[in-house]
Amino acid sequence: MTLLTVADKTYLCEKEETVLEALLRGGVAVPYVCKLGSCQTCLVRSLQGTPPELAQMGLKDTLKKQRYFLACRCYPTEDMTIRLSDQSAFYRDGIVTKNQMLNHNTMLLEIKFADAFEFYPGQFVNLQRRDGLTRSYSIANIPQQSNTLAFHIRRLPEGRFSEWLHDELETGDTIAVSEPRGHCFYLPQRSEQGLLLVGTGTGLAPLEGILLDALQHQHTGVIHLFHGVCEVNDLYRSDFLQDLAAQHDNFTYTPCLSGKFVPVGFAKGYAHDVALATLSDLKNWRVFLCGHPDMVNQMKRQAFLKGAAMRDIYADAFFSA
Amino acid sequence: MSDSTTETTHATLYERIGGEAAVNAAVDLFYRKVLNDYRINRFFDGADMEKQIDKQRAFFTMAFGGPNNYTGQDMRNAHAHLVKKGLDDSHFDAVMEHLGATLVELNVPAELITEAAAIAESTRNDILGK
Ligand SMILES: Cc1cc2nc3c(=O)[nH]c(=O)nc-3n(C[C@H](O)[C@H](O)[C@H](O)COP(=O)(O)OP(=O)(O)OC[C@H]3O[C@@H](n4cnc5c(N)ncnc54)[C@H](O)[C@@H]3O)c2cc1C
Ligand code: HEM
Repeated sequence: MTLLTVADKTYLCEKEETVLEALLRGGVAVPYVCKLGSCQTCLVRSLQGTPPELAQMGLKDTLKKQRYFLACRCYPTEDMTIRLSDQSAFYRDGIVTKNQMLNHNTMLLEIKFADAFEFYPGQFVNLQRRDGLTRSYSIANIPQQSNTLAFHIRRLPEGRFSEWLHDELETGDTIAVSEPRGHCFYLPQRSEQGLLLVGTGTGLAPLEGILLDALQHQHTGVIHLFHGVCEVNDLYRSDFLQDLAAQHDNFTYTPCLSGKFVPVGFAKGYAHDVALATLSDLKNWRVFLCGHPDMVNQMKRQAFLKGAAMRDIYADAFFSA
Repeated sequence: MSDSTTETTHATLYERIGGEAAVNAAVDLFYRKVLNDYRINRFFDGADMEKQIDKQRAFFTMAFGGPNNYTGQDMRNAHAHLVKKGLDDSHFDAVMEHLGATLVELNVPAELITEAAAIAESTRNDILGK
């Protein structure tokens, strides 16, 4: 018999009872469908207590590491404190320390915190305005001594949140930032694995974090980054990435232009098409896809068909609100 | 000794074939074959790969006689919209083909493959809405 704590209330979990059964019996509305560990609807997170192996079987490594588990497959072996996936996020205030244009429509935004902000590079947060308007943005750096998070914010015409960030938010202002989310990030295992990074637009943001993280962990496999935009002036971070490529033998950076005018030195076409044409076999590769939902969905399928295992494909589609 | 013998005879196909680990190994192989098969891939055009993969997990759990709550009626309902799009015996046969090939590739013993195929075959009328 173990004790389960959810939102400060305690529930008894009988022997041979799953966390899901115990919580449903206690009146907690945990979402679930199959109760078989297949649908993963009852994914919850352990804040305290180690989930048994069975409860994490079939989950992505990144989810496991964050102690997510399936309530329907969890016969707890110790007391646990659990958070349901839809429980409201915790927000913290950060201070804007930098807002600087990276190109004609994309801004580097830096937000600093009083104390450590733990995250895995590649994760995203929700930013919230005073009136409650909320949008997701990917973290573009790796953890800093200064507790600063970096973001790449593209200004959308008529975009309610992005225009506000660009036009009104000033250095010194405070802004509410959620805890980090998402499981599109690098894990320092199988360091000989090839890494394929494909991003469109500000999909480069999480990829930059993932790239820096992998390099910092001395990833030995080859790393290919394909960044897709329309025209040359939509690119950003190019010099920085080219320098990185010059410093690291295993890293290649390919800027791809889908527009009509393609100067020498740039690949022509959509980033994922260029990537697929460059790499013929993705067996044993780890794949990261960020940005436009159509690119992400198509490429997920293509990468899978080219041999990448489903659990080695990490993606963040930038669905708009 | 007698204990383990009894256990073997009582173990379900799902357990003998390797349980969830076997399902996990089979899903990627199988789904890649299905998506590459022009005869049937149009039925699997759903945008969300992860959801599709979950359904394939359900498929294998079922074919292995593993724990599931699907009834024949559920199978009818799940495939009814495909029958409307023209799902017929030839497509069913193609799926059976990929199921067999996947298990061969995973070195599953022939007699277990036969058992799994028989379970899948038993759903034919429900899947095709007959
Ligand atoms: C997981 C995740 C991570 C994200 N990371 C980033 C990031 O790192 N950087 C970043 O800039 N954005 C990112 N986004 C997108 C961001 O959350 C907002 O959707 C975006 O900034 C638009 O918000 P808005 O309020 O300015 O526009 P809205 O007021 O919501 O929309 C304005 C108009 O623009 C249209 N629109 C929305 N998105 C696009 C688009 N991509 N292209 C063209 N038109 C569009 C809308 O349909 C609408 O008509 C991310 C989204 C998700 C889900
Ligand atoms: C061989 C026997 C078969 C079995 C045991 C089987 C089993 C299943 C199961 C358990 C599901 C998940 C249902 C759910 O939870 O929604 C499913 C879904 C699905 N099956 Fe089958 N299936 C079989 C044959 C086929 C065939 C022949 C096709 C098409 C060629 C097919 C195409 C699909 C598709 C596309 C889905 C997803 C439906 C959706 O997303 O709405 N299946 N199947």
